Amino acid sequence: MEAGNGVLRLERLAKRYPTGDLALDGVDLDIPAGQVLALIGPSGAGKSTLIRCVNRLVEPTAGRVFLGEAEVTALGKRELRRARRRMGMIFQEYALVERLTVMENVLSGRLGYVGFWRSWLRRFPQADVEHALALLGRVGLEAMVDKRADALSGGQRQRVGIARALAQNPDILLVDEPTASLDPKTSRQIMRLLVELCVERRLAAVINIHDVQLAQMFAGRVVGLRAGRVVYDGPPEGLTARTLTDIYGEEDWSKTIRPDEGETLGEAAAAAHAAALRPVRLDRDRVEGQV
Amino acid sequence: MPAARAWSPPPLIANPWLRWGAYGAVVLYLVLALGSIEVNWARVVAGLERGWAFVGAFLRPDFAARWPEIVDGMRESLTMTVTATVAGVTLSVPIGLGAARNIAHPAVYLACRALIAVSRSFQEVIIAILFVAMVGFGPFAGFLTISVATIGFLSKLLAEDIEDADPGQLEAVRATGCGWWQWIVYGVQPQVMPRLIGLCLYRLDINFRESAVVGIVGAGGIGATLNTAIDRYEFDVAAAILLIVIAIVMVAEYSSSRLRKWVQ
Amino acid sequence: MPLALEYDRHVWRKRAPRARLALWFGWLALAALTAWSWQVMTQDTIWSFVADAPRQARDIGARMVPPRWEYAARLWHPLWDTINIATLGTLLAIVFAVPVAFLAARNTTPSLALARPVALFVIVASRSINSLIWALLLVSILGPGLLAGIIAIALRSIGFIAKLLYEAMEEIDEHQVEAVAATGAGGAQVLAYGIVPQVMPAFAGISIFRWDINIRESTILGLVGAGGIGLQLEASLNVLAWNQVSLILLLIFGTVVASEWVSARVRRAIT
Repeated sequence: MEAGNGVLRLERLAKRYPTGDLALDGVDLDIPAGQVLALIGPSGAGKSTLIRCVNRLVEPTAGRVFLGEAEVTALGKRELRRARRRMGMIFQEYALVERLTVMENVLSGRLGYVGFWRSWLRRFPQADVEHALALLGRVGLEAMVDKRADALSGGQRQRVGIARALAQNPDILLVDEPTASLDPKTSRQIMRLLVELCVERRLAAVINIHDVQLAQMFAGRVVGLRAGRVVYDGPPEGLTARTLTDIYGEEDWSKTIRPDEGETLGEAAAAAHAAALRPVRLDRDRVEGQV
Repeated sequence: MPAARAWSPPPLIANPWLRWGAYGAVVLYLVLALGSIEVNWARVVAGLERGWAFVGAFLRPDFAARWPEIVDGMRESLTMTVTATVAGVTLSVPIGLGAARNIAHPAVYLACRALIAVSRSFQEVIIAILFVAMVGFGPFAGFLTISVATIGFLSKLLAEDIEDADPGQLEAVRATGCGWWQWIVYGVQPQVMPRLIGLCLYRLDINFRESAVVGIVGAGGIGATLNTAIDRYEFDVAAAILLIVIAIVMVAEYSSSRLRKWVQ
Repeated sequence: MPLALEYDRHVWRKRAPRARLALWFGWLALAALTAWSWQVMTQDTIWSFVADAPRQARDIGARMVPPRWEYAARLWHPLWDTINIATLGTLLAIVFAVPVAFLAARNTTPSLALARPVALFVIVASRSINSLIWALLLVSILGPGLLAGIIAIALRSIGFIAKLLYEAMEEIDEHQVEAVAATGAGGAQVLAYGIVPQVMPAFAGISIFRWDINIRESTILGLVGAGGIGLQLEASLNVLAWNQVSLILLLIFGTVVASEWVSARVRRAIT
């Protein structure tokens, strides 16, 4: 297969853990710039392994990963670090460095760009500092700059996590269960923020998510994973009782397929979908009002 | 009418053979061990008198008689404590990093763990004897001894702390594409620093106590003064020295616990 | 404030200027203290001896190998004595440490004003003084032998065991104690049913842990005449029989590793 126009491409990606568990079994995916992709599937289906194989926090056992033109799976240590700079990662339990301040956490997104001594002395380039402050403003945390990360609420922490990932100036976001530790309202706010940021920056995103309704609401494309294989790949509207049974197994899905939601959420999903096609700049004030 | 049912709590070891065997073994060991103590009662009776003299000496310790020697010994002990703690901590940090399984290369890990195991399994006094044989009598041998003991203690605990660090935070910092040292400074250091400072203060405390012992084998410090005093049966001087040691330990323990609270 | 506006730019530093200054001053003070201590400590050091150390070490090392294996026959009995000193000393310490711990724990002490401070002083005094110093004193009082070693180990261990035990007692779940007291149980019954079951695992763990430390400590008590394998070590050192010293060190190493293994196994089994 020749290189497509996708920002991220997986070819026959497989991972077998030393314990013998086959977590990924030949996954092919091609993700264009600006697409928000939700990765759904039961626990243990390999969602988490998949995004960690992309930036090689987990070494894949077979297959290839392309980030733009570069083959991530063929890189040496140093080039891998360079490639990682272009992939922002957001975590389930936020994974902020608890004892560092909000600003230090966001600036840690620049670690791949600055030298050791600069980072050790906390003397980041002026542009990085301004960028970090702008990001913190964008996620609504200007007032928290010098707070320690462990003093924040769950939703605030995840915003810091998002700002840290964006500080890397990534081409793609790898998002691992961003809402699993949050309450339903905050979950939606975080998802909305993520989708809007992807739209603003024409960023692709792979979002692992448990919650099928959230995936349908916010993603432009849904991929269902079961036992390490792709069993569904299509638009969120294509999820039917049948496809959900393929992904998760037998269950009464009638309540899940047609979420009883208001207009705004449908809009967000539509906006996310449109984002894959053309970049749209959302009105910042409106976003701030919602969040 | 049903027969009355007896109840007794379940025994620790269910199998009665094993249980009685274990009891028997314990009794047998105690008999053998106690039998191996040979006590010269005449000597003990004579000694009890000296024992009382010593207890009495605690009530009227004599600080004045050997004051210059006490000052010398204390100066050696305290300076030895400071330098050995600083040197030990400085060397413990890289060894501790190397001995943490989650961040170090396997070969480095094994080497550092082996180093720690060896430096921990010998009593400080034995290490002091070897150093005295190498560099001669005096506080320099004590300094080396306490530094080695500090390394064994601190790098082991530091390595364990690093291994207990939250893997999520480590993974997140690594995902930014940083280098190894940046990973340590941003991912590991913030997580272990408060406890590391606490451990250093705690070790300072222990090192002072050790510095009072190594003098007995010639490695300098107040221990030498104490040894001389006891050899000469000057119990009032010995009592004075011990009281000073206890007082310094109490002050050190109190201030280090205050400092630790302030750090956290 | 770490974040400031300077010439229209955002300037961000980890610490405010004053905090940075204080930090630098702290490091400087530590460096100065260390340098001064080094000066004072080494003023009588004969550097030619220190420079000679690597050669000395090589020399001693060469004389240590091969160990004099046939000497082992005369070490089994002292080794048995060493283990007895540690074990009996620990048992003796437990007998005294338990009541001291009850007096020292805030929630069991009969009097906060009198008994607790006395118990705490006993703990500090016992902990401040190394077992080797106790042994030095006891040999001078009781004469050389195992008894002095056992008592020395016990005196040092009382503080250790009592301190960890009373801390464990202060951390128990008060609800369980309340529940037992609510049944109308007397003071001793509350102790036996509400407190003892809660601290029992900690107590066993602490005792085993101290026994393991005591094995290591008791190997050197012989240096001052308090029995055990240290006596042979002292004798061998006096005649510079380094090949015997190395054998003794190997034996000590083996014993310490074995006792550490036993202690780790037992502690894992009870927790």
